[in-house]
This record gives sequence, structure tokens and C-alpha cells, in this order.
Amino acid sequence: MNAIIKKTLSAAAILGGFSLLGLGLTSLTFHKTEAKIQENERQALLANLKAVIPESLYDNDIVNDTLKVTELTPDPTKPTVIYRARKKGEPVAAVMTVITPNGYSGNISLLVAVKTDGTISGVRTLSHRETPGLGDRIEIERSDWISSFDGKSLDEPHQSQWDVKRDGGHFDQLTGATITPRAVVGAVKNALLYFKHNQARIFSTTESTPEGGN
Amino acid sequence: MFSEYSKIVKDGLWLNNQAFVALLGLCPLLAVSNTVINGLGLGLATTMTLVVSNTVVSLIRNFVPDEIRLPVFVLVIASVVTMIELAMNAWFFGLYKILGIFIPLIVTNCSIIGRAEAYASKQRADKAFLDGLSMGLGFTFALVTLGSLREIIGSGTLFAKAELMFGEAAKTWQIDVITDYSGMLLAILPPGAFIGLGLLIALKNIIDTKVEQRKPAHIQIPIQAAQEQ
Repeated sequence: MNAIIKKTLSAAAILGGFSLLGLGLTSLTFHKTEAKIQENERQALLANLKAVIPESLYDNDIVNDTLKVTELTPDPTKPTVIYRARKKGEPVAAVMTVITPNGYSGNISLLVAVKTDGTISGVRTLSHRETPGLGDRIEIERSDWISSFDGKSLDEPHQSQWDVKRDGGHFDQLTGATITPRAVVGAVKNALLYFKHNQARIFSTTESTPEGGN
Repeated sequence: MFSEYSKIVKDGLWLNNQAFVALLGLCPLLAVSNTVINGLGLGLATTMTLVVSNTVVSLIRNFVPDEIRLPVFVLVIASVVTMIELAMNAWFFGLYKILGIFIPLIVTNCSIIGRAEAYASKQRADKAFLDGLSMGLGFTFALVTLGSLREIIGSGTLFAKAELMFGEAAKTWQIDVITDYSGMLLAILPPGAFIGLGLLIALKNIIDTKVEQRKPAHIQIPIQAAQEQ
């Protein structure tokens, strides 16, 4: 009996030792890579922001001048982030992260930059699961369709024209894919409407998340 | 002595190829083989895991009692994969973003625990190291072959997005195998991966049969006898 207990205890001790060793090595790696990973994520975010709004237009620390809202996503438990561009303290544009569930397959996540005069500075697709070769042409790497929003606003084309051509609107659909562009046009329109009705609140709120969010 | 090592290499790359013969690790193989670069990235990460886990398992094999060897192996593999995941996130950020969930999922690739249990836990560290390297490169070979097949047929390109692995200079590496190609959806989607893998296994079997037929019978017997000694 004693021998069995001894054997069990020594096995437990060995297993425990290896757990501690594994834990130690992974934590060490985590600490060594943490700063680099954060910097990577910041650079990736900056590159995305740069694509929708020129850096020359603002002078604030846009990554950390953020606001979290629940109106631009189907899941209110996971608020999306609005990055606020300012020059000499004056609001210039809001870069909104918008998530729409209306795509062909899963959520489409967009970055929509709107200037204070209500015109779009740029739109980019952050992530999606649309069909490769068809719906994925909402990515700038595959087609310049997403740039057709540049300079548009709720007056130009008129708000009622914010649809794909098949639905009688202004925007082209993609060959072989109507659902995806319809979802994107709808999401951008919603972002514009949200911006129009909440502009004062978007820029005045001082709440800011130091991490910058996702 | 030399023949023993060359057998390990041959087994890993061809005779007991983890993807084409053992049919292990199919989930990542089928999911990530849509381009050459994706395949190469996951293949090298898997190879790295196999090399480290095989070597460590071999080194500790005499200190670990039989009853707890599997949990210990799992611990070793999980720690190695987590470290590789963090390192890729830090130094191959673009590729890490594309491979996504399949990096942590290397833990569940059966060929890794399989090699640890079936080979590394019974062999010296140098052999276990070579076995991990050969099995990993064999798996990478399968991923890259299937990746090229699917990338050419699916998108008409080769080495697209090479900059994710090799830096900005690699942006020009992309070869447009077929210009003005509208793409073939089937090859990019998962069913194309199954069909492609099936064709590649069939091709491997044809090659093996041809090689077998070419061997004159009277030479073949002494070689086999020598190997058995």
C-alpha cells in the first residue's frame, strides 16, 4: 500500500514539475514578445487608419482617442470602437468600426471614416468570411469597389439612393455577388446616419480607452 | 549507422509521409493549403513543433513514469506550440493573422503526439530530432504541393503574398501562371482540398508502383534481407 502511495505521489510531483516548467517557459516567452506584439497590433491599426484618412489631416494620438459604442454592431455586449481624428483640438473626422451581420456568411467588419462635413473619407474591409472570388472583392487588394464610397455623403447620392443598383440605388453590385455589396452599402449608410445624428456626442465625450481596443 | 539515419529521413519525407501515407493532421492540411505561402507557413511551424517536442520527449523519456507519460507529452507539446504562436505573432505578424486559429491548433495535430509516443519516447535524442525534422518537412512538402496545386487552379497565381513570410522584397515574387484568369472557386474551397489531396495520394501510389516495377527482382531481395539484420 505504502509503495502505491509513494509511486502516485512521485508521479504527481513529476507532472507538477513539468507543468511548472511549461508555465515558466511560456510566461518567459510571453514577456519577451509582449511589447513586440502590441507594437505589431498598433502598426496594423495605424496602417488601416491611414488607408481611410490621410495622416496629414490630424495631429492627435488617434489610436488612443477612442470611444466605444454599441449602435454599430449587432452584438451590444461587444461595443465597437470609434477613433477620433482632431487637428489642433478641433474635430476632423471619426473613423468608425462597423459590423454588419447581413453578409452572405457571417459578420463583415468595416472601417468607415467620415469627415465632419458628412462626407466619407474612406472605407475598408477589416474582416469577412464572404465567398472567395465573389464576395471577397470588397477587399481593396482584390478590387477597388470599396473606394466607390470615397467622397460620398447622405446628400450625394441622396439618402434614398444608398442601395446597390439591383435595388434601384446608386452603387454597383459585384458580378456574381449581390448580398455582400448590399450588406456593405447598408452598413456604410447606417454609419453615416449614426454620425449625422450623434456628431456632437461622438466628439465631445471625453471617455477614452487607453488600450485603443480592437 | 548511416543507413539508419537515411531510413528515418526517407520515412519522414516519403515512405511514411504523415499527410500522404499516415493521413494525419488532415484538418490543418485541408484548411490552410489554399496557397503556397499559407502551406509553407503552417508547414514550417508544424516542423518546428515536431523537432522541439520530439527532442524534448526523447531527453526526458527516462525520467517520466509510464503512467503519466501521455499527460507530460501533451504538456510539452502545448508549451512548445504556445511559444511558437507567441513568436510568430511577434515576428511574422502578417502570416500569423492569416493562419489564425490553425497555429494554436497545431497542438491537436495527431502526428505530433503520434511521433512523440510512437518514436521519440523510445529513441535517442539525435534520432528523435531527425525524425521530427523529416516528418515535419514531409508534412510541409505535402502542404506546399497541395498549396501550389490549389493556388494555380484556384487563382492562377503562385507565391502570392510571399511578403508575409519573406519581407517587403518578396512582393515581386508572385508568378501569374495564368494571366487574366477568373479563378476556379472549387479549388479554393474545402472540397477542392479533398479532391486535390486524393489526386496527390493517387499520384504518389502510381510513382511507388512504377518504382517497384523497375526494381529487378534479384537485387531487391538482398537489400531487404540486409535491412532486416
